[in-house]
Amino acid sequence: MTDSTIHSAAGIEVRGLTKSFGDVHAVRGIDLTIRPGETVAILGPNGAGKSTTIDLLLGLATPDAGTVSILGDPPAVAVKAGRVAAMLQTGGLIREITVGELVDMVASLYAAPMDPGEALALTGLSDLAGRRTDGLSGGETQRVRFALAIVANPSFVVLDEPTVALDVEARREFWATIRTFADRGTTIVFATHYLDEADANADRIVLLADGRVVADGSVTDIKAHVGVRTIRFTLAGAATGDFAGLPGVVDVECHGDSVRLRCDDADSTLRALVAAQPEARDFEVRGADLEEAFVQLTADTTDATEEFAR
Amino acid sequence: MNATRYIHFELLRTFRNRRFFVFSLVFPLVLFFVIAGPNRNVHLGGLPFPTYYMGGMAAWGTMAAVIAGGARIALERQVGWNRQLRLTPLTPSTYLGAKVASGYALAAVSLMLIFAAGISLGVRPSAVEWLSMTGLIIVGLVPFAALGVYIGHRVSVDSMGPAMGGVTSLLALAGGAWGPIASHGFIHTVTQALPSYWLVRAGQAYHGGPHWPPVAWVVIGVWTIVLGGLAMRAYQRDTSRV
Repeated sequence: MTDSTIHSAAGIEVRGLTKSFGDVHAVRGIDLTIRPGETVAILGPNGAGKSTTIDLLLGLATPDAGTVSILGDPPAVAVKAGRVAAMLQTGGLIREITVGELVDMVASLYAAPMDPGEALALTGLSDLAGRRTDGLSGGETQRVRFALAIVANPSFVVLDEPTVALDVEARREFWATIRTFADRGTTIVFATHYLDEADANADRIVLLADGRVVADGSVTDIKAHVGVRTIRFTLAGAATGDFAGLPGVVDVECHGDSVRLRCDDADSTLRALVAAQPEARDFEVRGADLEEAFVQLTADTTDATEEFAR
Repeated sequence: MNATRYIHFELLRTFRNRRFFVFSLVFPLVLFFVIAGPNRNVHLGGLPFPTYYMGGMAAWGTMAAVIAGGARIALERQVGWNRQLRLTPLTPSTYLGAKVASGYALAAVSLMLIFAAGISLGVRPSAVEWLSMTGLIIVGLVPFAALGVYIGHRVSVDSMGPAMGGVTSLLALAGGAWGPIASHGFIHTVTQALPSYWLVRAGQAYHGGPHWPPVAWVVIGVWTIVLGGLAMRAYQRDTSRV
């Protein structure tokens, strides 16, 4: 308990991180501060630099420039001390061993591990402790891999696309397990390309595109950052041309009687719309969802980069 | 970190893998009885047949065991387990040490069975001879342990079976484990430069115990340095932080 209090004084500090592989600039200067106890999602399209960033965070790769500090130490020191643990994107389990033995074996590598029985209980694996690792389902395997990370009793856990191979039900169960663990105050960073996963499970989202942070904030912040809102309504005989002239309209879509306007000034649009189309009904005004924010923010960077390249 | 506990689980896993038992325990034992049994009164390479063959089969079985110990690294690399272990306080020396230890443990079982089989066919060395045979086999296995680690880092799981079986069989054959290749001349000189030749000799006790002249120590020493260096380089290549 005292131990975790000391460590909670410092979080994770990433400064000016860059990493290239030949001509590929995977990470182009990332700064990030993660406070103790936060659950942070690293989100980005393929090739955005998520996995490289995670490798750098864990010391599995050496940065070309920049520093990573985990609770005041370089990654290698934090790993040796058992303060960081991770579930990597790819990886299976060794065979000829039972789930319980494997968790025991990994626990034995640490100076102050979690009780293996507790790690099994937290991950819902107590009933599978006697099962050999080659007899597990995909979801069970991921839970064992998570148990192997938390049995280190770390202050900081990194999960790289932990649910990528799981079906919907297994994903849901897996996240329920992770949330139980997060409630204990452990700092969690996870990479994902499922937007709903980030939305539902993260306190904060760091959006990467093209090796840079393009947005960093709570889910609400990021959605608000995209100043576009959507107005939906029903209007018999609506045609696209009827709405293009309204103030603040960016984009119009009509599907039969159902109309969808994307607006950069939804209030003005709505006032004008009600006046111009008294027959319109079933109004619904909505902020951008995470997917729209994601598309817009990552697309902006791509444009900017292309311009830069020219 | 509790290295003993880690090695305990490694041993547990080794003895649960039945595939490796076939090469290191079953084949040598079966071959010994099938070939040495009917020829127990014949002489081979200047030695009573069972004495010669006990040394050969002991060399083959223990060699297969320690090579398999290191080669299991390939299986763990395939599932990304090595990368996972790099995120724990486990040291490389404990990791590799546990693989070598489990290879030697399997070799010890193989050796005891072959020795017991030898006794059953009338091989009767003295206590000193048993001890010196065992001691020399332990030393003679060192380059093979390094070879196993090398194979484990350089060979994929798909080609591991042929690689391990091929290398082990070739070394056993050329070293005279299955019967003498040549007793003089050029080929004899070449086979004497192989570590498996001296491993076979290490298990052949007759009139005063196994005979390891200085050249045997040189051959084992050189092979240990060469294969140990290759294994170390393969290990570093595999784990270097890019």
